Amino acid sequence: MTILFYIAGVIAILSTIMVITRLNAVHALLYLIVSLLSVSVIFFLVGAPFIGILEIIVYAGAIMVLFIFIIMMLNLGKESEEQEKRWLERKMWFGPGILAAILLIEFIYIIFPGFQKNIPESTVYPREVGLSLFSTYLLGVELAAFLLLAGIIGAYHLGHRSRKPLHRFFEERNPK
Amino acid sequence: MTVVPMETGLLLAGILFLLGLVGVLVRRNVIFMLMSIEIMLNAAGLAFVIAGASWGQADGQVMFIFILTMAAAEVSVGLALILQFYRQFKTLDADVASQMRE
Repeated sequence: MTILFYIAGVIAILSTIMVITRLNAVHALLYLIVSLLSVSVIFFLVGAPFIGILEIIVYAGAIMVLFIFIIMMLNLGKESEEQEKRWLERKMWFGPGILAAILLIEFIYIIFPGFQKNIPESTVYPREVGLSLFSTYLLGVELAAFLLLAGIIGAYHLGHRSRKPLHRFFEERNPK
Repeated sequence: MTVVPMETGLLLAGILFLLGLVGVLVRRNVIFMLMSIEIMLNAAGLAFVIAGASWGQADGQVMFIFILTMAAAEVSVGLALILQFYRQFKTLDADVASQMRE
């Protein structure tokens, strides 16, 4: 089904253009989620269902929630209240909603039992991915674990609000 | 590869990567720059998966998992940096931080 691929690709490009031209960060996030969903549909189409699900769970789920947390943390004050009123206007969620609805129809069309012929013959199933990951690329898994550990420690260190000095001798002497 | 020709898929990945690059270069808001970096990483992963699928091998998907791990670590550190940046400068404009000391 090549036409499905082209529809998903056009949606990916359109929503990515909308991401880099929005002024409001939350609007851009909505379009970014649509872009990730369309890439996920493409993964299903080319025969990588495991990666498609992983894209939705990790990218569109976890990483986007991190972005939303940070945006909510930074927008404090009454400006954010006015913004929240404007966030639920119709013209704001209309575009992402339409694009996501097209993707949903396409996705149902791909995985519906009557249309199993849409799944390509050359599908690589999670079992082969796991076997390759934990045999050939075992060293890469270890390095990824190191990277995640470094990420945790780095985020904890940078996210600290203000360090208390261990002793008053170490306190900074600010004239004000 | 029966469904999608590999060249078209790689072209799509290239376009998405280019859009992310344009976003990094044009936008001056650090949150938007981080989002554009995510777009670029995602496009690189798309190229890996499409190339791997066209050969019918699992290696492309394994590489995508590594890219996913790296993106998660990068986003957590980058967002912590943005928090520190906002506390110091009270703005999200990247040009404000163009000097090391005022």
